[in-house]
Amino acid sequence: MIQMKHALVAGALLAAAVGAQAEVAQIRVWAAACANCHGTMGKAEPGMESLAGKDKDELLQKMLDFKSGKKPATIMHQLSKGYTDEQLQQLAAYFASLKK
Amino acid sequence: MMQRRHFVQTLGAGSAVAGLGLLGGCAAGGSGAKVVVVGGGYGGATAAKYVRLFSDYGIDVTLVEPNAAFVSCPISNLVIQGSKTLADVTTPYDNLSKRHGVKVVKDMVTSIDAEKRMVKLASGGELPYDRLILSPGIDFMWETLPGMAKEGAKDKVLHAWKAGAQTVALRKQLEAMPDGGVYALSIPLAPYRCPPGPYERACMVANYFKKAKPKSKVVIFDANDDIQSKKGLFMKAWDEHYKGIIEYRPKHRVTDVDAATNTLKFEFNDDFKASVANVVPAMRAGDLAVKAGLATANARWCEVDFLTFESKAAKNIHVLGDSIQIAPGMPKSGHMANQHGKTCAAAVVNLLQGKAPPQLPIYANTCYSFVTDEDVVHVASVHRYDAEKKTMLTVPGSGGVSVAASELEGRYAMAWARNIWADTLA
Repeated sequence: MIQMKHALVAGALLAAAVGAQAEVAQIRVWAAACANCHGTMGKAEPGMESLAGKDKDELLQKMLDFKSGKKPATIMHQLSKGYTDEQLQQLAAYFASLKK
Repeated sequence: MMQRRHFVQTLGAGSAVAGLGLLGGCAAGGSGAKVVVVGGGYGGATAAKYVRLFSDYGIDVTLVEPNAAFVSCPISNLVIQGSKTLADVTTPYDNLSKRHGVKVVKDMVTSIDAEKRMVKLASGGELPYDRLILSPGIDFMWETLPGMAKEGAKDKVLHAWKAGAQTVALRKQLEAMPDGGVYALSIPLAPYRCPPGPYERACMVANYFKKAKPKSKVVIFDANDDIQSKKGLFMKAWDEHYKGIIEYRPKHRVTDVDAATNTLKFEFNDDFKASVANVVPAMRAGDLAVKAGLATANARWCEVDFLTFESKAAKNIHVLGDSIQIAPGMPKSGHMANQHGKTCAAAVVNLLQGKAPPQLPIYANTCYSFVTDEDVVHVASVHRYDAEKKTMLTVPGSGGVSVAASELEGRYAMAWARNIWADTLA
């Protein structure tokens, strides 16, 4: 563990020295988990809904309605229950920020 | 290991420049770093694409895969049923190169040198890496079926559990079988690749028989005590659509096969002679992972850190997909392998920059099964990292199965396939 921490610090110094890209944030990976069905970067193939560039509030409301059972679904009512409301909010904001 | 300790000590002395020098040709920190991915299935192809995406195309990625194109196991039971062709479930690798700059090398990795961070290729070349991602899928434990070692046995009694030539060959065997014949399908003890797959296959063969060979039968010999996935939905489908065609026999573990006569031998039960015998043998992690000493769980599966998919047995080597020792409630599925690929890719990109991997992976599994050529059922689950238990756990209250089979889910199943193939390969 201590070794790991050392390696991380060491690596950070190196990254600064060689000018690396930004670190991957958790939200980007959460959103990528939706891409199996809703497309890479939220752009879906035919037959599934694209999420990129959707209105943030509408997207969130839809997910909350799936979660509460208000909006019927085949599968999304089961998947939305795997996320907290805050996580759904972050996902909605992330997809809204992507280019259509 | 030696290298790593040396590296840490040097930097502990306070000199980043010395560290850079020590690394020599192998670049560290994001840009210019080298990632080699072995295996272009759902796990490996996704990891290759997403290391490129997540690093803003800064990290060099090479994908080593012996096959010319990706052939999907999901949907391949429809090739056996006859409504799809192998071309329908095949996707080329060229978009990974054209759109994402992944170097695709048509070759096989024969060995790994973890000390030198180098893989050897069957063609004789070598590839250096900073981090290695292995997604070798499954291989079969042929030693559990001695008769299958006989010459020609493996060409006669098929598994068709890796989509491709065997999928087409099994379809041909079924076409050639006279009406009134018996198709026997044997299922190994769990865990195996695609828990609902065998039961879907039974439905698809029965669907074909019902239309083309109505006097024929499907007998399922399951080594397990019961149906492993979507039990109620499969039982309902068998009752509604395939009464008198499908027979299910649990607790039947195949211990040997006489391929010449298509005869299955069991631990406790009488031999069974079939017209077409489809034996799915017990499985373990892909040969490469086993040979490299990474299969530390019962010498079958590879234990990994679920934040990074780094092997618990080797530094800088990540393992994902069907080869891993799964977390509780986590199926061995293509959808899950794709999710492993993204989690691993994000961790690798961060680690190569000396940053921590994202700390709270959350991802879903969705799995559709055809019960007729149009009607489909699903199972879904959401998996979240548990920091205390250091594993992925299903989120309480999430997930579930279809209320009933439907054509609507049939359309979603095909849309799922188009989307995951694009997400993995395009």
